[in-house]
Amino acid sequence: MTENRNIRDQLRAADYVADDALSTALQLAINLKRPLLLEGEAGVGKTEVAKALASIMQTNLIRLQCYEGLDAAAAIYEWNYQKQLLYIKASEREDKTASQVEQHIFTEDFLLERPLLQAIGQEISPVLLIDEIDRADEEFEAYLLEILSDFQITVPELGTITATSVPHVILTSNGTRELSDALRRRCLYSYVDFPSQARELEIILSRVPDIEAGLADQISRFVLNLRKEELEKNPGVAETLDWAAALVGLKISSLDGDLETIQSTLICLLKTETDLKSITKEVASRLLGKAA
Amino acid sequence: MEPISHHIQDKNILENHPLAARMAGFIDHLRMNEYALGPAETQMALRVIGDPFSGLDDARLKLKVLLTGRPEEWRQFDDLFEAYWTRLGKERASWQHEKNVRNRTKASLPEAWKEHLSASVPEGGNAPQIETEGVAEVEGEASGRLIATDKTSQMRTDLRQYVDADEIREAEKLAYRIASAMRYRLSRRHRLSVQGSKLDLRRTIRRSLGTGGEPISLKWRARPDRPIRLVVFLDVSGSMKHYSRFFLQFVKGLVCQWMEADAYLVHTKLIRVTDVVRDKNSTKAMTRLSLMAEGFGGGTRLGQSLAQFNSQYAKRSLNGRSVVLILSDGYDTGPADQLAEELKRLKKRAPKLIWLNPLLGWRQYEPVTQAMAAAQPHIDYFAAANTLESLAALEPEIARV
Repeated sequence: MTENRNIRDQLRAADYVADDALSTALQLAINLKRPLLLEGEAGVGKTEVAKALASIMQTNLIRLQCYEGLDAAAAIYEWNYQKQLLYIKASEREDKTASQVEQHIFTEDFLLERPLLQAIGQEISPVLLIDEIDRADEEFEAYLLEILSDFQITVPELGTITATSVPHVILTSNGTRELSDALRRRCLYSYVDFPSQARELEIILSRVPDIEAGLADQISRFVLNLRKEELEKNPGVAETLDWAAALVGLKISSLDGDLETIQSTLICLLKTETDLKSITKEVASRLLGKAA
Repeated sequence: MEPISHHIQDKNILENHPLAARMAGFIDHLRMNEYALGPAETQMALRVIGDPFSGLDDARLKLKVLLTGRPEEWRQFDDLFEAYWTRLGKERASWQHEKNVRNRTKASLPEAWKEHLSASVPEGGNAPQIETEGVAEVEGEASGRLIATDKTSQMRTDLRQYVDADEIREAEKLAYRIASAMRYRLSRRHRLSVQGSKLDLRRTIRRSLGTGGEPISLKWRARPDRPIRLVVFLDVSGSMKHYSRFFLQFVKGLVCQWMEADAYLVHTKLIRVTDVVRDKNSTKAMTRLSLMAEGFGGGTRLGQSLAQFNSQYAKRSLNGRSVVLILSDGYDTGPADQLAEELKRLKKRAPKLIWLNPLLGWRQYEPVTQAMAAAQPHIDYFAAANTLESLAALEPEIARV
């Protein structure tokens, strides 16, 4: 438990408020040197975990944003073809044999490192964030398995490159696509939910320093109740923080005040037209009543 | 092999390796609840909680992180943990009991079927839901049923009259056309190809070495075709009886046209019929299929059938380019929540879900049954399919999906 407390306090110092489950997951991932898969709705702070972890470990954060059609060339490595062509052209006059040219153009001088290759080449273990893995194709997921289990990458021209240091890998998924069992089995797992009211209050207080405690408390309650409404897109923690900052900027010290102004600031929380329309004045005042 | 947990009472094992044996029992307990865990996990679990042991709560969190792998497991884990580690004997008994219940239901379907019928059809024994005239007179039926029975006379003009060979051939042709309309999508990736639009610099440069760096032979990349995978669920419950024959022909058309297709019949359970449908001898295939379909003209348990699909076939059958086609009137006798939950699971594996409902073509029909209402948010395209024209109208729509 002391270990978990420790990492929790460290994260707290880096302005990330983690619950027990998440700090245990991070601690285990570090101890066992295994990748950690974080799943949960958009906006619960999965990506932030990686940033906070990099900050407390004082190491680099290398991020690979996944998208449909992401392939090895964009994620692992690619040769710098233009540079290779120029070199071949330039060496024409130097009377080199083809094999000499070949030997030279397939060296690290001409290699473009993409995030995964970068990550295994660092002196100090970096945090490797593979963001939104559910957006990548299944083929890429399969490719990733090899890298995640052995931490080595094979470049045909150079041979196998083994990791200088094993990175701390964090994968995130919004659950839009089912991931393969093979990938899940290689990872530790944690489901990140929206924070509890108390935790969200703590987050607001740590991230919006000028805020009054009373207002922060009201905000956390309001957002908690708002998430219980039928919304197309639930407001995430980042949205809560935006809203808190907006209210502080407008010099509003309590949600009991001017309903009109507060209603107009809800655009910070509600991100679709339907949601904006569904939270009418009546609904907003009901929610404010609950929050007060 | 007998599960390890059965040996847990064995005193020798408990005395020699108390923790290891109980942990093996726990992993076994999780496995019974459909967690995919192997011996490696047992070993790792022991390592994790023994190093250093700092309380039950901490152990629970560590094991949760280590042994779960998906949201459902994450939510369920705490209960399973508590059941095993803190109230071992009592919970085990009830869990065994539950397991037996499940087996019994599977083993004796007809009984379950009777149950379902007696619950939903007060008179008329094993009558199909909508078709039986007797049912129409029964008052106080569920609202969805009443709407359906009101339309009995209109239904007569529907597809079920098209049982002659010509019309069925027509249905098959139509299926072919729809199938070819949506068969291929272009990939976003590039692959090596003789005729392509993009230069493959990697291979061009490799090849140019032989000509002293002069890129004479150019290599190209193109976007490959990626066939869409089609999975069809055909509801052959009593209420769909008269459409089934026609739809079966339609499904046969789709599946035969497609390289990657899978077909399932749904009533009170799920039957995979892809291979039967692919039978070249059309008459033989139809007879075999009709036999399989006729055998169970009872209710629909769509939610339960989809649950079976999700756990048994989905992993192999679906990928990121799959289209799921459900042909059903949505008269589901299972819980609506389950249907919604299973459709949600299905949608995670398949990007497109099309629901063709023969009842939707009726003028006054509203999808009001609980099941239909619960399913709607997950459907990408919801359309009528009660006449040949309505099926033909699908062609451009489906091509766009």
